Amino acid sequence: MNKIPSALQLGIRRGGLEIRQFARQRESVVFTVLFPVILLAIFGSVFQDTIAPGVTFSQYFVAGMIASGLVNTGFQALAITIPMERDVGALKRLRGTPMPASSYFIGKAILIFVSMVIQILLLLGFGVAFFGLEMPTETSKWLTFAWLVLLGSACSTALGIAFSIVPKSGRGASAVVSPIVIILQFFSGVFFVFTQLPPWMQQVAAIFPLKWLTQGMRSVFLPDSFASQEVAKSWELQTTFVVLLIWLIIGIFFSVRKFKWDRD
Amino acid sequence: MSLIEVKGLTKHYGDVHAVRGLDLSIEQGEIFSILGPNGAGKTTTVEILEGFRTRDSGSVSVLGFDPGTKGHESREWRNKIGIVLQTSSDAGDLTVIETITHFSGYYSNPRDVEEVIESVGLQEKRAALIRNLSGGQRRRLDVALGIIGNPQLLFLDEPTTGFDPEARRSFWSLIKKLRADGATILLTTHYLDEAEALADRVAVINKGVIVEISTPAELGGRSTSQATVQWRDGDQIKSEKTDNPTVLVSSLSARFNGEVPELVVSRPSLEDIYLEMIGGVDE
Repeated sequence: MNKIPSALQLGIRRGGLEIRQFARQRESVVFTVLFPVILLAIFGSVFQDTIAPGVTFSQYFVAGMIASGLVNTGFQALAITIPMERDVGALKRLRGTPMPASSYFIGKAILIFVSMVIQILLLLGFGVAFFGLEMPTETSKWLTFAWLVLLGSACSTALGIAFSIVPKSGRGASAVVSPIVIILQFFSGVFFVFTQLPPWMQQVAAIFPLKWLTQGMRSVFLPDSFASQEVAKSWELQTTFVVLLIWLIIGIFFSVRKFKWDRD
Repeated sequence: MSLIEVKGLTKHYGDVHAVRGLDLSIEQGEIFSILGPNGAGKTTTVEILEGFRTRDSGSVSVLGFDPGTKGHESREWRNKIGIVLQTSSDAGDLTVIETITHFSGYYSNPRDVEEVIESVGLQEKRAALIRNLSGGQRRRLDVALGIIGNPQLLFLDEPTTGFDPEARRSFWSLIKKLRADGATILLTTHYLDEAEALADRVAVINKGVIVEISTPAELGGRSTSQATVQWRDGDQIKSEKTDNPTVLVSSLSARFNGEVPELVVSRPSLEDIYLEMIGGVDE
């Protein structure tokens, strides 16, 4: 008798399958990967002025686009598609096999991470080519960028899986999830300069990960002198790390404890 | 020991007592069919056996394992069973072979992918996207995914709903072949002819308890019940219930001097017996 494949092994295989399935849904590929680019094109064309000496709005906006891309691609997409998978019986079928829940979660995490990387490459390439985006030169900034993307993507995946228990059906999921994400984007300074938002909005946003992700991304794409214009007069990278980690743990906890495989 | 052993199983949802003290034992190598009207507790019982639902009380053993157990042991157990569910319309963007190959990776000793595709008759559709399959082909894929892990025990829930008669016949021979290969099969179905064609034993469930367990031929005293003899006499159709149909037929034959016009000898169908047992049509 051979042994049953390990959870990690199956998770990696599921990741491959998820990517293949996703790549065949052309509409969602275009929407997911190109949407941030389209937004950058619109905002970059509308707001052509600088927000500080030497800092264009596009430069500021790219930070927000990458951060909110993490939320859209992970949290929003999963909180909508998992209830749909549940509706069509796909999850119940998986539940009936020896594949453990953790493999399913790992598969989703891989899918989200890979689509995030593609999305970011396109966005940065497009920004540099058409909107004068300047890339950071210091290694430390790229390191910050790397852990932000990794942790942000993991956090967004875990919260998306956890939130998938909220919508009652796949059909209604979008109506439940999308408003939350859009409001969060406005509150977190994705579309506007964060410090220009009313203080209460800033305080609400500070509870959620998107504000911290966006601020972290600004630390990568804006000059260090700009840190003094942040609410705390600094990039607060340590706080960002802790907040994201806490949300990641919350997400994993609810995913593991409360995940619903079946409609009822 | 029996492959499935259930004693005193109960389950309620709010005020509704779906299963109330159900006993069942299913032996190795048999095709066992559960019949019952909607709401009789059929699905609840089967889903408890499949480990999808918790029970209130009673003992359940499936392959010597309690399906309510969690953790790694339940993976070992799931490795030995196969489940074909009622509804599924997932993974439309993968091909037949991709899906079956992927699922085969979940098990320690899967069957050969090509062999499984052939046994469910999907050879010509192996490279087709699932969303382009017909309802019957899709059901065959469901079965393929249920048997790819080479299960000792296979759960089949309403497997032929939406099949045309020809597809049903070939599906039935597939199921018989699986049993011949050594699998035990638990079949729930609405079609009594399906239970009659496939099952070694049937259990009729009503109102959360087992009404009777028997072979399809003997259910409800069917094999010993009175036969109905029907024939044409002039322009009239006549019929008579009798314990001795052979005697009646030979006397008729003598009367008609050989061939009895439009002769039919019948016993109650499984459906007649079943409807009688569950107490009417509208349950």
